Amino acid sequence: MGHDTHVQEKSVAQYEFNRKKNAVEMRKQVVNFAIMILFTFIAFAVVVADFSPYFIKPVILLLAGVQVALQLYAFMHMGEKKAPFIGVINTFVWLGAVIAFTFFLCFLTIIWW
Amino acid sequence: MSSVAISKKTGFGATLWDYLTTVDHKKLGNMYFFAGLLFFAIAGFEALLIRIQLMVPNNDFVSAGLFNELLTMHGTTMLFLAATPLLFGFMNAIVPLQIGARDVAFPFLNSLGFWLFFLGALFLHLSFFMGGAPDAGWTSYASLSLYSPGHGIDFYVLGLQISGAGTLISGINFIVTIITMRAPGMTFMRMPLFTWTTLISSALILFAFPPLTVGLFFMLVDRMFGANFFDHTMGGNTIIWEHLFWIFGHPEVYILVLPAFGLFSEIIPVFARKRLFGYSSMVFATILIGFLGFMVWAHHMFTTGLGPTANAIFAVATMAIAVPTGMKVFNWILTIWGGSIKVTVPMIYALGFIPSFVAGGVTGVMQATAPLDYQLHDSYFIVAHFHYVIVGGIVTAIFGATHFYWPIMFNRVLNEKLGYIVFWVFFIGFHLTFFLQHFLGLMGMPRRVFTYQADQGWDLYNFISSIGAIMMGIGVILLVVNMLLSIKGKPVNQRDYWGDGRSLEWALVTPVPFYNFKQTPLIRGYDPYWIEKHEGNKEGMTYAEPLGDIHMPHGSILPLIMSIGMFIAAFGALYHPDGVSWSVPVIILGIGITVACMILRSFKDDLGYHVHKEEIIALEEELYGKGGNK
Ligand code: HEM
Ligand SMILES: [Cu+2]
Repeated sequence: MGHDTHVQEKSVAQYEFNRKKNAVEMRKQVVNFAIMILFTFIAFAVVVADFSPYFIKPVILLLAGVQVALQLYAFMHMGEKKAPFIGVINTFVWLGAVIAFTFFLCFLTIIWW
Repeated sequence: MSSVAISKKTGFGATLWDYLTTVDHKKLGNMYFFAGLLFFAIAGFEALLIRIQLMVPNNDFVSAGLFNELLTMHGTTMLFLAATPLLFGFMNAIVPLQIGARDVAFPFLNSLGFWLFFLGALFLHLSFFMGGAPDAGWTSYASLSLYSPGHGIDFYVLGLQISGAGTLISGINFIVTIITMRAPGMTFMRMPLFTWTTLISSALILFAFPPLTVGLFFMLVDRMFGANFFDHTMGGNTIIWEHLFWIFGHPEVYILVLPAFGLFSEIIPVFARKRLFGYSSMVFATILIGFLGFMVWAHHMFTTGLGPTANAIFAVATMAIAVPTGMKVFNWILTIWGGSIKVTVPMIYALGFIPSFVAGGVTGVMQATAPLDYQLHDSYFIVAHFHYVIVGGIVTAIFGATHFYWPIMFNRVLNEKLGYIVFWVFFIGFHLTFFLQHFLGLMGMPRRVFTYQADQGWDLYNFISSIGAIMMGIGVILLVVNMLLSIKGKPVNQRDYWGDGRSLEWALVTPVPFYNFKQTPLIRGYDPYWIEKHEGNKEGMTYAEPLGDIHMPHGSILPLIMSIGMFIAAFGALYHPDGVSWSVPVIILGIGITVACMILRSFKDDLGYHVHKEEIIALEEELYGKGGNK
């Protein structure tokens, strides 16, 4: 909201188009959000229901993997190719991934085993 | 002070309301600065009490329990609630001016970040009056803190959670501001180093605070809701807290020291009257330090028994950070080298900083040597090390920058003579306090002890150390006196107070109007003001646009109310383990207030307003006389 925010006049057609587009976006976000809540619920449920660990562990890991993908693509817009500063944004995301991966690697290789 | 209300005298109520609702980065910068100063004073007072207790052996000035509380609150406050906001104060006040922006990218979030930080800090400090402060050290290791009676640790967890959210929000705001709000021509490789270090340190905040949030959240549910993440008797693991804490904690020390480096990289070229030596290597070193800062956390855990492989790898990684840090030190020295040096108060802080910080870096590399760290760990040597980097690096930067930027921030000057006195009292006090602590550590004095037996060879050094601490206290009081005296001083009313300014902020005549730049500047190279000055440009900058209407954001009280909501919810969570009936309703009430504000905010479109050309011209005439800012 700085000096380069301009209030633009929009034509009616443009307004209607944006409105529709936003509504579709919104629906997508809500559905994805619901899916994530459901996944979390399933994760809790399998633990509470006391299934065998050989079932629980892969299921939770699988759900976690899907959640990461959803997070990145649905909520952090990784799929978008043309946003302003997309290069910087991608750099940040990948940097975060590299750092997180190093932690993971560290724990698996030199710290715990 | 540097606001539009400069000449219109307004009532106290109106001024207060103005500050509670402001989204202006300059006012928020001042608020961060003074809030930071307040907590710096509180934590400094705690440090004095600690040093009085340790002045003589077998002292009973404070009890062991109170000592632990003072120690914990001193460390926690200094790092999270004093150093961080003081640096945020400078970032807010200076960075938008350096990049030619009229405000930060998200002014509303800027204000929210401040209020979350402030109320979180207030919450933490209420612990003193509500049954005892946290007492498990600023690191709050789970094996100790889970068993701490009373609510102290709960205050720590909740207070840091709230103020940490504020810090994270501010960090994101700075990243977006620096990436998207630069004036035309301000490419990345023309950004001043303070802007660069702010960007990198904000990126570190972005990546480092989430692990802390997770750790604090685990601690919260362990203590307040009966979970067992860190309880080994229930299958948890107490070491996980240490990992989470230090994955955050080591980047945190760089979050603080990088902006300090940035401040010195601004001060030194101005008073050496020479372009910063090795600009691009400075940028590269900043990025490299930021990245490596994430790869070394386990050097705080050598003695937990990670095993030789892990210790060796983390030792080498830690030593590697000394390389880019060394690059910076050499660049500063080479900037001074051959310059036509003008010694001023900011410069003398810079000259004191270089050797002090190098001493801290050298002891850091010693500690990074894992086998030696088995000897040094948890001794006074560690205390000496981190105070050399924190006081010698960060506090000197803050004090130096206070003198340096006072004309821009408040349109006044700090007294130079008193400035020198403060420097010498503080600097000598600092070395007296901490230099001998290296040897206390080597002689076996453990860290975080509330007293010690006489005749172990520690008595004299501890006594001298306490004298030094009192000198530092006097120095800080004199600095505050200097600030108060400046209120009575003459307004500066000019650009480039030091006469040798190089970056864009010096091109502005103070007091800076609330929109900063009446026309967005065009940046024609590194050190833009210096370029314009040497081409004889009397206006200090080339403009990228004609004079026109300026779009500015509205103020809002919502950030304060949102933060108060979190503050209320925290009390509910705090008393939940006591089994009181009102705890859950209070949590719901508090979070409800916050969520209601969020909903209100998202449904009410606030598009800001326009300052019209005529108003700008009128205001400029009022501030600078006929002809406006020329
Ligand atoms: C060349 C640079 C540095 C190196 C190699 C280094 C290394 C280390 C090591 C190995 C330790 C752990 C010692 C132990 O507990 O046994 C340590 C502790 C510490 N360092 Fe540094 N350090 C460096 C710079 C810094 C900076 C720039 C800061 C702050 C701005 C800092 C703040 C701290 C703090 C606060 C601790 C103590 C943490 C605690 O246990 O409470 N260090 N350092
Ligand atoms: Cu560290």
